[in-house]
Amino acid sequence: MTTILEMRDITKTFPGVHALKNVNLEIESGQIHALVGENGAGKSTLMKVLSGVYAHGDYSGDIIYKGEVQKFSGIADSEAKGIIIIHQELALVPLLSIAENLFLGNERASKGIIDWAETFSRSDALLKKVGLDEPSSTLITNLGVGKQQLVEIAKALSKEVQLLILDEPTSSLNETDSDALLELLVEFKRQGISSILISHKLNEVAKVADKITVLRDGETVSTLLCENTAEIENQIIKDMVGREISDRFPARRPKIGELLMEVKNWNVYHHIHDDRHLVKNINFSVRAGEIVGIAGLMGAGRTELAMSLFGQSYGQNISGEVYLRGAPVDVSSVAKAIALGICYVTEDRKEYGLILDDHIKHNVTLANLDAVANRFIIDDNAERQVANAYRDKVNIRCSSILQQVVNLSGGNQQKVVLSKWLFADPDVLILDEPTRGIDVGAKYEIYSIINQLADDGKGVLFISSEMPELLGMCDRIYVMNEGAFAGELSAAEASQEKIMRMIIKTNG
Amino acid sequence: MNQETQSTSTADKTNPMGHYLKRHLREYGLLLALVFIMGSFQIMTNGILMKPLNITNLVLQNSYIIIMAVGMLLVIVAGHIDLSVGSVVGFIGGLAAVMMVEYDFHYVPTTIVCLMVGAAIGAAQGYWIAYYKIPSFIVTLAGMLVFKGLTLALLDGKSIGPFPKTFQKLSSGFIPDIAAIDGIHLLTLVLGAAVSLLLVYFNFRARQAQQKLDYADEPYVFFVLKNGLILLAINYLTYLMSTYKGLPNVLILMALLISIYSFLAARTTIGRRIYALGGNEKAAKLSGVKTERLTFLTFVNMGMLAAVAGLVFAARLNTATPKAGLAFELDVIAAVFIGGASMSGGVGKIVGAVIGAFIMGVMNNGMSIMSVGIDYQQVIKGLVLLAAVIFDVYNKNKS
Repeated sequence: MTTILEMRDITKTFPGVHALKNVNLEIESGQIHALVGENGAGKSTLMKVLSGVYAHGDYSGDIIYKGEVQKFSGIADSEAKGIIIIHQELALVPLLSIAENLFLGNERASKGIIDWAETFSRSDALLKKVGLDEPSSTLITNLGVGKQQLVEIAKALSKEVQLLILDEPTSSLNETDSDALLELLVEFKRQGISSILISHKLNEVAKVADKITVLRDGETVSTLLCENTAEIENQIIKDMVGREISDRFPARRPKIGELLMEVKNWNVYHHIHDDRHLVKNINFSVRAGEIVGIAGLMGAGRTELAMSLFGQSYGQNISGEVYLRGAPVDVSSVAKAIALGICYVTEDRKEYGLILDDHIKHNVTLANLDAVANRFIIDDNAERQVANAYRDKVNIRCSSILQQVVNLSGGNQQKVVLSKWLFADPDVLILDEPTRGIDVGAKYEIYSIINQLADDGKGVLFISSEMPELLGMCDRIYVMNEGAFAGELSAAEASQEKIMRMIIKTNG
Repeated sequence: MNQETQSTSTADKTNPMGHYLKRHLREYGLLLALVFIMGSFQIMTNGILMKPLNITNLVLQNSYIIIMAVGMLLVIVAGHIDLSVGSVVGFIGGLAAVMMVEYDFHYVPTTIVCLMVGAAIGAAQGYWIAYYKIPSFIVTLAGMLVFKGLTLALLDGKSIGPFPKTFQKLSSGFIPDIAAIDGIHLLTLVLGAAVSLLLVYFNFRARQAQQKLDYADEPYVFFVLKNGLILLAINYLTYLMSTYKGLPNVLILMALLISIYSFLAARTTIGRRIYALGGNEKAAKLSGVKTERLTFLTFVNMGMLAAVAGLVFAARLNTATPKAGLAFELDVIAAVFIGGASMSGGVGKIVGAVIGAFIMGVMNNGMSIMSVGIDYQQVIKGLVLLAAVIFDVYNKNKS
């Protein structure tokens, strides 16, 4: 066997975050190599380095492909060498046909005039190779996700792929489509095409991969030969999560009180496709002074659950009941939810949480403007006092409360969002990935704020993809997978392995 | 503390004036541009621009644009646009003419009906934009065609006029005087002095409150200079007008609208929520702002102000013609963008839009006096609009 690709000592940093630390990866030609790790372990970053999204010079270390050091400055360079990446979010133009998509940017044309006969005949040949039984004139928008995935792969074939990278290809596929896709990878292997498969589904990985590399916190933990399927899964889980939890979390002695919020039989469907059942019969409760975690992988339905509870901000055909202190309540609009004391800190603070061009003062008071206004006239002095008080309380580092939030660091932006919701005085605060993209120091500060909230007798619902964070912070953890709760663990019994097992056990 | 905030805070301490100027470059720049343009035309027209008669004309000519710019600013801050206002001006003018000239209604019920119809037009368009998420560009483009057509139908292709004398007073009348002094309109002088003193008093009070809480960031020199200029400019302009016929009625209406809407935009919860809506609609919605209703109301308000402008314009022409209001929307939108509003929403000030409208107005007026042809007037106005927006984008990228 020869080595087709070697990535040597790859290090990549973002402001405040060490995304990759001396990662080594070796892919042998004609093999399927799986890359596994928790969310944020650095898998996607590594693949972006490989495909030239992060150009040579943005990272340190060497990419050796077919015996030569490569200096890609963009995706076009890596594609020219036959390295093709298929992202989790497919990059197809929905209102163009399969054939047009296959040759987009690479049109079968002479002097700018497209040769449609050749385009369609070559498209049909490619579709045959990937086993897609559709005329190549079909519009992408009329295909299901599984078939779209196949079109992406056909597109890769049209570029004479030698190393195919698939990022979570089966995350949105059902079992039949997943199996077909994996079968295709095995077929490619026979034809000598190497693949890198990034996946959370360990049973799939164990089934098709020849070798498995585990990444954790931006480092290569281990590379395993995939032989004994049963044992390998255990080994992978251990390597994925094997990290000690030191004092990265502020100490807290929970004082858990009365039942605060209870949700019964909560169901939510996709906001466009009403046949996609995203939250299935969820039941849970939060007590005063309690921090309740919701663990799960991306796409498990946690954000959909939270947003649908918060004034039905997401989804359709929402059904179920919400009780606050035993009484049924109506949370059908955001304003009603806020008035009831249910607040939600969004996952994506830039897109959904902040008015970036506006300054700290206006952002902090937005959700509770009436509290700084006399009837409808805003009292500027009261507003300033509020903003200054929160600036000191949660330690927002800024030149003044009139600084635009777009110029703050991620951690400080998140503190502004938290201030906004603290000022709205919630009884139950739902936090969705509150520490994403934030450096370690700021994380600790945010954990302290959350602990303080719980100590003040509020209920906290804590959604996170980082398991150590949940284990370090929560009194109780619900494990969510594919829209349903897979189980519930108390702080004492919870461990990363148990959570992982619950998730994998329920994987379809 | 991260490096960025550190460097700005040290800059704050070492050079507060420079830093303050830099942060408020746009606002002062706009005012300076207006002063510069007025000064240039004053010289180029050999002093005609600032003649009492011409200053009065300037106000009358631009009143309806400014009235609509106030509403358009809110629409644009909310992240939308309204292309129909010119047609609404024509339609409301026609409606007023039909009611008062053909059916002999008194001007009071006519005005009330016209304002309500304006608001209803705004509501009809705002409904689709707010609740059905149809792009405002398309809805109001449709509205523009519809009301242009309805104006033609309403007037049957003819001009209708003249209006009753009392109604004409809206645009051609002046406030009465308290005492007859030869060549000087006394009430105008008194009003000018009172308003300017009141403004300075409010500024002074606000600064005192700021100092109490220790956040007065405007350097003292600037504060004194600014208030001195306010006193000087207002009193000089009212003096000029008092030597002609005094303050036009429509100027009082404009001043009232500008004050009310400035206050609404800057100091009230509804104003703040419009800025939040335009700045980030999703974040505003998830903060409990009723974004749909707010968008709807913004368009209702725009429709009503377009009706006000329609009445003012009809009274000024003293006749309603099917061509009234043609292309007004372009002048109004240009004024708002020259005034510093952002196409993507969330940014802009009422005062900016008013100054923007005056910049356009002074250029129109000055170039007409210099007998620059209508052809090159358009070219120059277009270039000024482009330059103002390029300046904005350049400024934003630099910071």
